[in-house]
Amino acid sequence: MKETVGTTGLVFNEPLLWEKSKKGRMGYALPKADVPHAPLDAALVSEGPDFPELSEVDVVRHYTRLSQWNYGVDSGMYPLGSCTMKYNPKTNERQAALSGFAGAHPLLPEALCQGILELLFHLERYLAEITGMDAVSLQPAAGAQGELAGMLVIHAYHRNQGRQRLKILVPDTAHGTNPASAALCGYRSVPVPSGARGILTPDMVAPLMDEDTAGIMITNPNTLGLFEKNVKAIAALVHDRGGLVYCDGANMNALLGMVDMAATGVDVLHLNLHKTFSTPHGGGGPGSGPICVKKHLAPFLPVPRILKKGKTYRLSEAFPESIGKLHAFFGNTGVMIKAYSYILSMGPNGLKRASQLAVLNANYVRKRLKDCFHLPHDGLCMHECVFSDKHQLPHHVTTLDMAKRLMDYGFHPPTIYFPLVVSGALMIEPTETESKETLDRFIEALRAIAREARETPQTLKNAPGRCKVRRLDEVGAARRPCLTG
Amino acid sequence: MKPIEELTFPEDLLYAKDHEWARFEDENVVIGISDYAQDQLGDVVYVELPAVGTVLEKGEVFGTVESVKAVSELYMPVGGEVAAVNEALADAPEKVNQSPYEDGWMIAVKPGDASEKEGLMTRSAYLDMLKGLN
Amino acid sequence: MRYLPHTEEDIAQMLRVVGVDTLEDLFAPIPPDCRRPSLSLPEAKSEWELNAHMDGLAAKTTPAGACKNFLGAGSYEHFIPAVVPYLLGRGEFVTSYTPYQPEISQGTLQGIYEYQTLTARLLGMEVANASMYDGASAFAEALLMACRITRKNRVALSRAIHPHYRRVVQTYFAPSGYALETFSFLKDGTSDPEGFPKETDLAAVAVQSPNFFGCIEDLWRFSEKAHAAGALFVTVFTEPLAWGLLKNPGSQGADIACGEGQSLGIPQSFGGPGLGMFATKMAHVRHMPGRLVGKTTDLDGKRGFVLTLATREQHIRREKATSNICTNNSLCALCAAMYMASLGKSGFKALARINVDKSMYLKRRLAQKGLTPAFQGSTFNEFTVKAGPEFAKKRKHLLKKGIIAGLPLAPYYPELADHYLFCATETKTRKDLDTLVSEVTS
Repeated sequence: MKETVGTTGLVFNEPLLWEKSKKGRMGYALPKADVPHAPLDAALVSEGPDFPELSEVDVVRHYTRLSQWNYGVDSGMYPLGSCTMKYNPKTNERQAALSGFAGAHPLLPEALCQGILELLFHLERYLAEITGMDAVSLQPAAGAQGELAGMLVIHAYHRNQGRQRLKILVPDTAHGTNPASAALCGYRSVPVPSGARGILTPDMVAPLMDEDTAGIMITNPNTLGLFEKNVKAIAALVHDRGGLVYCDGANMNALLGMVDMAATGVDVLHLNLHKTFSTPHGGGGPGSGPICVKKHLAPFLPVPRILKKGKTYRLSEAFPESIGKLHAFFGNTGVMIKAYSYILSMGPNGLKRASQLAVLNANYVRKRLKDCFHLPHDGLCMHECVFSDKHQLPHHVTTLDMAKRLMDYGFHPPTIYFPLVVSGALMIEPTETESKETLDRFIEALRAIAREARETPQTLKNAPGRCKVRRLDEVGAARRPCLTG
Repeated sequence: MKPIEELTFPEDLLYAKDHEWARFEDENVVIGISDYAQDQLGDVVYVELPAVGTVLEKGEVFGTVESVKAVSELYMPVGGEVAAVNEALADAPEKVNQSPYEDGWMIAVKPGDASEKEGLMTRSAYLDMLKGLN
Repeated sequence: MRYLPHTEEDIAQMLRVVGVDTLEDLFAPIPPDCRRPSLSLPEAKSEWELNAHMDGLAAKTTPAGACKNFLGAGSYEHFIPAVVPYLLGRGEFVTSYTPYQPEISQGTLQGIYEYQTLTARLLGMEVANASMYDGASAFAEALLMACRITRKNRVALSRAIHPHYRRVVQTYFAPSGYALETFSFLKDGTSDPEGFPKETDLAAVAVQSPNFFGCIEDLWRFSEKAHAAGALFVTVFTEPLAWGLLKNPGSQGADIACGEGQSLGIPQSFGGPGLGMFATKMAHVRHMPGRLVGKTTDLDGKRGFVLTLATREQHIRREKATSNICTNNSLCALCAAMYMASLGKSGFKALARINVDKSMYLKRRLAQKGLTPAFQGSTFNEFTVKAGPEFAKKRKHLLKKGIIAGLPLAPYYPELADHYLFCATETKTRKDLDTLVSEVTS
């Protein structure tokens, strides 16, 4: 293969913060003491925490070196399936950092926070328009809290109907958060097997959907990257028996401007602003997981809600049927500002184009790799495609080996071993912000790895060889946990 | 994972369909998981066991066994009162991998209903079942 | 669109490879009655139009710098050293995912391991997780965890805990069947150690310190009584800087310590994203929600870090997980670690002391002018005053001058009419404090 994107370079060893500490150093300019000292009762006071002592230069070098051991979307392609690691626009960061937003206290009197309320009000309207739903709450702090909010809304709805239900249907392709969120509401998950073609069918759902079942949680497109095209019929069936349809909207990046989620029969869905709406993932968060509902569920949304009267915006708690509060204040507002900035930068045509290109990229990768890797569900996919290691197993090479080897070529590995319905899954979501040239290099890398799997499998077993560390002892870490230093 | 031929299954034990084994001693039944089960799980990193004195029925969950990326529940092959647990597994869960039938035993139970023994498999019946699985 | 790299030629070539004619054809699997003809959204703005639009909205919000804000109540104005946002803005941190592939994520992993360590030291606990969403949800999860550990289903919360936090707990508890009760506070503004039931069916007793009124609680008194009743003792906080000076929760018998970390270098941002801090004892680690980073070695024996004990989490244990949390507030945790490292042992304590000095000065000066402290308990950087009924009007008037003179407590505590919560951190100069005093009493 020609020269790869991944290469070796000088990175630095860097000790732990406290290994660098030297008594007497400080990396902070203490504000001047301009009022008399007022000591607290000695019984209340302690020595203070044993923090390391570092100069400002120490701190800067420390974190600069650490950052160099990391890989981000800014470094290269990050094709993690179900995670939508698209480019994070830099203008979003500028907007969220504006002092009017970043410096705003959450309990500001209404007259002093009209700008931020106006922004949030409109963001709610935009998300309602994008999904086709009627009302939105921005409060959930991440996708899983959005799911919890959605489940609480469903729980409150059934309570209001006079009879609580006990179970919820969760397809076998669901994210792990789905059953965990349902369990927090006391609902028992009933697995629904997906059909032979990787999608749900009404006849799989019908026998499970009874009067004790609160509804169904559907991920659409599902975790195989396929559109659940029977969703309308399934929703009708669930509604007939008094249930509600929850949609996990983590994969909404396939559908912007293309699908009307309300028309698919969904009653409540959550979005991940840190996936579809380009806000950065931050090495694990913060995210934001708004929920969108149809009119009949709006009274149950979390409070406070934003109301507009004349030209004035205000926060209202006056929703007696609300499920309550999920966050101390309004949610992850800083993340919402970035999503708002993204929607305005893209406009309606840009959003639609983004989904079209996301789907194009996934299909291009699928088509160009399917002769090397087993593709359990062939045919047009949406924004992601799922391969397996079936063709490599005879060479004793697994998905894990191939994922690790991909790092040496300069790419972040795809999502691996998920969804569980595909043994040895490699789940690739390129997103719309990767160019054809980047995809071609990625495809070439995976083709080279498929070749190595046949010819020099040991190369894959030893991978990665170009990262800061080699494979790590995860068994030792779990057997004898060392969680603090 | 190893082929079944390379795994060991002692003759003097009885086996359950969820891959627990039971050794009937004078008063107690000693319980653990089979060589096949530990091989499927991979490196065991944690074993959660019940308190001594807990009374559990046949088929009830008595604990969990964890590898890095999986958790499996452990089911009582026969009902009874937990008389002893293998405390050594707390610090050395790897014993389940290294010695599933001796050092890696999990609990000892004072059995309740003697007839429950009848539902368990002999070595050869268990082997037949495993060959059916693969 | 500048984020979309495809040329028309690229698209044509790629469509040929896929075997369809148009981009529309890619969506053939979607039934027509699920399709959407068009989106009604504002047309795309250029970068420069967007800047002007956002500047306009930001200008219609009054940030801390543009007014004299004496609000605390769970969100605190502190100086943020320039190095923190600078380092935190590095793309390798900001644009990375959860570190599931450790070889390529050592930066995040070591950074979070250090955060866990500093948090454990700050709170005097044995282990801290990699973060929760915010203080309130961390608190709700702490109480659920206590119910799991003790296998009991009632918790007792002090009424001096932030009212919003208690409401979030209510939301999390509503469908669970767990019962929630509150106990009262004393005349001095601290929680009543005799206030919670001593029966043995309690899973947890929870107290906030410094509490919502700003008063410092004697946590020992609660932990002893909670433990005697067979309950866990949960300490919650909204101002972590206080632990720079005060005896930490761990040294006073807390089984779980949790709260909000926004004060540690994180912008207030209208309340989020903040940082849910969560720490406990090693004995309880397997019941803990959230991610954990652990130290290990690589094939060559070199030190490295991985996500560990993941079997507690939703992606493995599904409905039996310790929580449904997945995405957390990792970047905010990294921010807090940078802040704690910058201040260091002596800086952190000195800053905590300055906060006490400033707020005590304001408390004293206001008292001299007739706004007397409502409670006698010791305070950190917030305190409650009792004003006359005329103060509401005065406060409204001051808003127009850009002074936010405290938070009225009556909406939260009907019995505390004319009570106001004031906060003064290191960001207020003596002149600011004197101005407030002369304005409120003029």
